[in-house]
Amino acid sequence: MSDDTTTDTPAATPAAAEPTLPAVDPSKTHVGPAWKHDRPLVACRFHPSGQHVFTGAEDYFVTRWDMATGKPTQFVGHESWVRAIGCSPDGQTLYTGGYDGRLIAWEALAEKPEPKFKVDPAHQGWLRALAVSPDGQQIATCGNDKLVKLWNAADGALIGEFAGHESHVYHVAFHPAGQSLVSCDLKGVVKDWDLAAKGLRRDLTTAAALYKYDTTFRADIGGARSIAFSGDGTRLALGGITNVTNAFAGIGNPAVVLFDWETGNPLVQFEGKEKINGAIWGVRHHPDGFWIGLSGGGGGGWLYFWKEGSAEEFHKLKLPDTGRDLDLSSDGRSVSIAHFDRNLRICHLFAKPA
Amino acid sequence: MRCGYACGSSEHGVSRRSFLGHAAAMGTAGIGLAGLSLPAAVLGSEQKPTHKRILNIFLHGGVSQLETWDPKPNTDTGGPFRAIPTSVPGMHICELLPHTAQQMHHLAIIRGLNTKNGDHGRGTVEMTTGRKQMPGTEYPHLGAVAAKSLTPEKFPLPGHVLIRGGGPGKGSAAYLGPQFESIVLADGKAPANSTRPDKITAEADARRQAFRMRASDRFTARRRTADTDAYTFSYDQALQLMERQEVFDVTKEPAADHDRYGKHEFGQHCLLARRLLEAGTPFVQVNHSNYDTHYENFDFHIEQMGEFDQPFACLVADLAERGLLSETLICVMSEFGRTPKINARYGRDHWGTAWSVVLGGAGIQPGAVVGKTNDNGTQVVDREVDHGHVFHTILRAVGVNSKGEFDVGGRPFPIADPAKDAISELLA
Repeated sequence: MSDDTTTDTPAATPAAAEPTLPAVDPSKTHVGPAWKHDRPLVACRFHPSGQHVFTGAEDYFVTRWDMATGKPTQFVGHESWVRAIGCSPDGQTLYTGGYDGRLIAWEALAEKPEPKFKVDPAHQGWLRALAVSPDGQQIATCGNDKLVKLWNAADGALIGEFAGHESHVYHVAFHPAGQSLVSCDLKGVVKDWDLAAKGLRRDLTTAAALYKYDTTFRADIGGARSIAFSGDGTRLALGGITNVTNAFAGIGNPAVVLFDWETGNPLVQFEGKEKINGAIWGVRHHPDGFWIGLSGGGGGGWLYFWKEGSAEEFHKLKLPDTGRDLDLSSDGRSVSIAHFDRNLRICHLFAKPA
Repeated sequence: MRCGYACGSSEHGVSRRSFLGHAAAMGTAGIGLAGLSLPAAVLGSEQKPTHKRILNIFLHGGVSQLETWDPKPNTDTGGPFRAIPTSVPGMHICELLPHTAQQMHHLAIIRGLNTKNGDHGRGTVEMTTGRKQMPGTEYPHLGAVAAKSLTPEKFPLPGHVLIRGGGPGKGSAAYLGPQFESIVLADGKAPANSTRPDKITAEADARRQAFRMRASDRFTARRRTADTDAYTFSYDQALQLMERQEVFDVTKEPAADHDRYGKHEFGQHCLLARRLLEAGTPFVQVNHSNYDTHYENFDFHIEQMGEFDQPFACLVADLAERGLLSETLICVMSEFGRTPKINARYGRDHWGTAWSVVLGGAGIQPGAVVGKTNDNGTQVVDREVDHGHVFHTILRAVGVNSKGEFDVGGRPFPIADPAKDAISELLA
């Protein structure tokens, strides 16, 4: 880890937030503390306590960052980049999935973390994403073997395998009610899996806006680079890249396709007023009702804030560097962002203290 | 341009009359296929070609050496992929090539390429001509050199074939003459306009052809020029091509082979390449596009190498199994490699400073690795070579004296860059 830790408000961590702090106001969002890793970051997730953030990077390590001190702790067990990170609701267990195809469970806050169990390989090829069920009993993963898999969170036993996607599966999420698992692949195909019946319940309308076959470069581009349900489970958001005119240069615009979960149809496609190049690498629904999107790509890093009634953002914030992943703290007051410039940055969704 | 043509060279002194008698009997339409080589009597089907051949796989856009032949796992430049062992003890390549890994005992890797170039057009020209690109100067494509050097007399097929799935177009013959330019099989189909239109009967076509020949002979007797010869050649060669059209028909290959190679474009093109090489075509280039991955290099290499790996491995294995590998040199090249540094968009950019090419088959030491890059692939640290050395090596491996000269109209033209030489340790 690098020594050049940078913080502008060392005490302003999510866990340190007091009731007297300003109310959440997206228009006042500002960049807070930052910690620097040795390599560019590719993923980040908050610990439920808000006292730690876990990151994956362009190396084989997962790092736990102490939000109060910036102290890093490494989790060693993968043999490729780790872009899939999740925590059990009680904060006891960390789950990581890597491009090595492995799924590993760890004691999340151990001083010297060791794997509690390891599934190797959980997927043939990349394990692209994972999700922890709302009750913490199950882990869902997806990957380049076109499969979605369900695991017992306690011991890593395989308890379900869902086949049906015809391209790499980019993301997976549990519905908040715990009865459904949803997955989206490279071509924007969205599937709703019945967890009880262990089978396909339905196909949602394909998120066609998030996929293109580039005939010039003869390659596919697209997929859900990010996924999130609204807290009440009535909406599903898929983030990615749209309007692609040159796949190999990443010429396309960040977009979030918001679905009505009941009908399975898109309601609105969030984009930026100003068309910049990039993809939405992180999307979250805030308890106050708005959506947060993180874009990264040729247009740099931006935080977008949308409300359901409008396709255009009501606020956006330019970030110091391109963003690659985002998470929302459990108290809804901060987001963590993994950056290419090796920084883990915390952005606070309220006015900067005077 | 008037031309005396007293040279009596093989290019001009062919038994055109006897050939045309045969061709006219089968009937044809007049088609323009300038670039076909070597008018000659039709090769008997029972004759098995014994001359050397070259297969060049051109990975258009610039394939990443780190995601193919020179992986650097767990370094700052290495990316997310692991290295896997191959059929050659101690040789590792990227995990995106599991099928190819099992054929590496037939192949060799040049890991010390420094072509000092990051421009697509220039890179394509320099890699396929073996010369530094100079304004106002044009050198023949490797395929043209191979066609001129390797095509046997009385060989009925084109000597220089490009199976184009995107990527560079026609390979120029430059001063060697248009008969050595590539025939382009766009999308793997037989040359365009190479079948007699249904509306013209065979009898009518034969009469047309006879009339054309009379007029042509009469004209040639008094006003023969290079242009009229080229015109006449194109007719003659088209007639031969039409008689051998089945060579270009990949559907004639067994269904099981279509399954093994894959039904996608590159798989079909590799199968067609096998067919052409079996028929003795001296030079076949297959383009695979695209690798210009400035954005999300790793996802796109999964997709492209996923297409490349199995059919390429099948082709190498089949050539070996059928006894053709000793007569066929295989090359896998690009216009350049890709930057070790991973950019902010998970991409790799253009890079000619330290990258790799694969050779194998005829005249090449199987399983060899020549050249070395440093730990994270940013520099060549041993046996630095460039396009000129690769060009010499390919030609030497198939028995061409690459230090020799072509005699074109009485003028000597060095076959390859005189300032370079073959990579001797790669030669068997």
